[in-house]
Amino acid sequence: MTADVIVIGAGIVGAACADALTQGGLRVVVIEPSLAVSGATGAGMGHLLILDENEAEFSITRYSRDRWNQMAMEMPSSLEYERCGTIWIAAVPEELPLLKQRCAFLQSRQVRAEILDSQQLAEAEPNLRPGLPGGLFIPDDAILYPPAAAGWLLKRAEQRGAAVLTGKRVTHIQAWGVELEDGSRLEAHHVVCATGMWTPQLIGGLPIQPRKGHLVITDRYPGFVRHAVMELGYLKSAHGRESESVAFNVQPRKTGQVLIGSSRQFGVTDARPESRIISSMVQRAIDFMPRIAQLSALRAWTGFRAATPDRLPMVGPVANRPNCLLCAGHEGIGITTCLASAGLVSAFILGDRPPLDPKPYAVERF
Amino acid sequence: MIESRWDVVVVGAGPAGLAAACMAAEAGRRVVVLDENPQPGGQIWRGEDHHWIRRFSASGSTFRGACTVVDQPEPGVLHVVGRNISYHLRFKRLVIATGARERFMPFPGWTLPGVVGAGGLQALVKSGWPLAGKRVVVAGAGPLLLQAAAFFRSRGARLTCLAEQTPLRRGLSFALRSGKRLQAIALLGRLCDVPYRWSCWPVRASGQERVESVTLRQGDRMWTEPCDYLACSFGLVPNTELAQLVGCELVDGAVRVDEQQETTVSGVYCAGEPTGIGGVDLALIQGQIAGCSAAGSLQRASAFFEQRARWIEFRARLQAAFALRQELRQLPDPETVVCRCEDVPLKEIRPHSCWRSAKLQTRCGMGPCQGRICGPIVEFLFGWKVDSVRPPLTPVRLEQLVNRGSAATADRHDSHPG
Repeated sequence: MTADVIVIGAGIVGAACADALTQGGLRVVVIEPSLAVSGATGAGMGHLLILDENEAEFSITRYSRDRWNQMAMEMPSSLEYERCGTIWIAAVPEELPLLKQRCAFLQSRQVRAEILDSQQLAEAEPNLRPGLPGGLFIPDDAILYPPAAAGWLLKRAEQRGAAVLTGKRVTHIQAWGVELEDGSRLEAHHVVCATGMWTPQLIGGLPIQPRKGHLVITDRYPGFVRHAVMELGYLKSAHGRESESVAFNVQPRKTGQVLIGSSRQFGVTDARPESRIISSMVQRAIDFMPRIAQLSALRAWTGFRAATPDRLPMVGPVANRPNCLLCAGHEGIGITTCLASAGLVSAFILGDRPPLDPKPYAVERF
Repeated sequence: MIESRWDVVVVGAGPAGLAAACMAAEAGRRVVVLDENPQPGGQIWRGEDHHWIRRFSASGSTFRGACTVVDQPEPGVLHVVGRNISYHLRFKRLVIATGARERFMPFPGWTLPGVVGAGGLQALVKSGWPLAGKRVVVAGAGPLLLQAAAFFRSRGARLTCLAEQTPLRRGLSFALRSGKRLQAIALLGRLCDVPYRWSCWPVRASGQERVESVTLRQGDRMWTEPCDYLACSFGLVPNTELAQLVGCELVDGAVRVDEQQETTVSGVYCAGEPTGIGGVDLALIQGQIAGCSAAGSLQRASAFFEQRARWIEFRARLQAAFALRQELRQLPDPETVVCRCEDVPLKEIRPHSCWRSAKLQTRCGMGPCQGRICGPIVEFLFGWKVDSVRPPLTPVRLEQLVNRGSAATADRHDSHPG
């Protein structure tokens, strides 16, 4: 036996699994076909946030966000963790009732949240366009730099004895382990498939689809944006199934840079940035923050989210695949939710009590 | 967004771009030349009254200065941005003549104010920066060192040392066998009283607020030379970013072209330094071939093939003679900053296995220069391949990424070429 568990994929989900499993005392081998964190993890925004469209989304984001915040003290500075909070913006007065409803829900679940009126919103984010009706402030949401976060989780796992093999491609998952492209075999009691949008290549028939996103980053303008700021309409863009949508979403990086998103596209596999999408995404940002127009843009890039039909990850055993656990499909919130997913995976393998009810994320729900 | 259509768009108004534009325009094509500088001539002829610039002015080409290409929104279209303009250009043929930039070498102290690129300092002085009476050490590799040194002296600088890393034997045999013998002798004549040291290179620049001295090494000997400026020139790096963005293949860090100077992308040509550092004469020949080819005059293009072959031979000798020595790899110490934009020292980059990994984990190459400076450095230090380019090719204001504007603005712009 090579290991107790083989984790396929060294993105943040695989890294979190390796971290959790080694914490449980297991011998872990992580296998990555490319370079660690070179997929969605290396492209994403790194927003640690609570979403509340439904109970399942709330539970997994709430558990994970709080875990991240608990871990903050141990994090090296390279993770650029900052508890800057999220402000959700109502673009029109008609959106205020929904903001208030969300605020009441979060408060009823002991999540700190407050409504900002028009003036408080302007004080919190002076570069927003004047006259916006109000916002929902969630102070304990945070941001971090995803590649460094995943790198740190992997390093912790390595310090507990895990091996990370990069540049090795798994071609088949078997009950006894995995077969690699070079013909070699690695044996393990369990295989965890944390392969994001590439999962259907290893396990056929799963409803995981790539969903392309664009981001733009600016030069350094410390203080220009103070919180992760998103329009309420972001939820429509994220939860909707339209083939193409953009939403206003900006983030202050610790470097002083402003990270600007976001876009969502189904049915595109070409990774090249599309100026048409960047144009409408940036226009959306200018609509909300007029002065952002004058900031210097350094770079635009894209990434692919692993999207499932209900936007919840698929975590747990896979039918007819003995000893194989799936941990994929985290869409745009894998940086947040990887911790809950990893907790579920390690509970399955160790037979421990799961940190949250695994049913909503079960693979067989589709 | 403004739209305008051209038979031939030439990017870069240095020797290669001007030659290409002349040939295409003289063959009756509608040609526009774009350049970052307000005037044509490139780095080499900036502000000069050169006969190629006069020929270009008479050729019927349109010149648009102070602008830069930032993206290719779709095949056949370039997104061009200037100080207060942002528009799309549609082309039938594209000639990429984006020239080269200076290669920098990291050593302790290389980021001190006063340690500059020799080309950068030349440009600064040409725009009025005073150099009279200043002590200047010129160090690096290649014929541009001589040129820069002669120029600084002509502007009143006190050249205290000229350090050429190349061994005398290699430099001499290159100079004697190249067509540039007379030029080299003339330059050397103007510098005959300057200590000219071969197999010599800087190992450290020192100073409090700015550079005060440079420590040089020649063989086993090390000494310290006081200076006000240390002007370095370790050769040039081809500007291949635009070519990469439109999908052209590279070979050994230069754009791959065929006999017609056409790249691996049909209708896209490349001439001059992006195809490999070969100097002004090769650039002019390649530019003329590219211009003829882009205009469809293949017969006329072929008239230059023989000359081109000779200059390509020269290019090979040039590159071999002034190849950087391996000792230079040992210059930076662990604390030496490699990525100046993001302040990343060597010790943070070294543990990584490739450029992408170093970039993701250290931000090396992610600042405003987008790896233009540190990319070639890590290629030289670690042999890493620097990965693909991303739009915008140069930093632009966010509003310039938004696709809007009107045809009316297009007309207004096109009626004021140059």
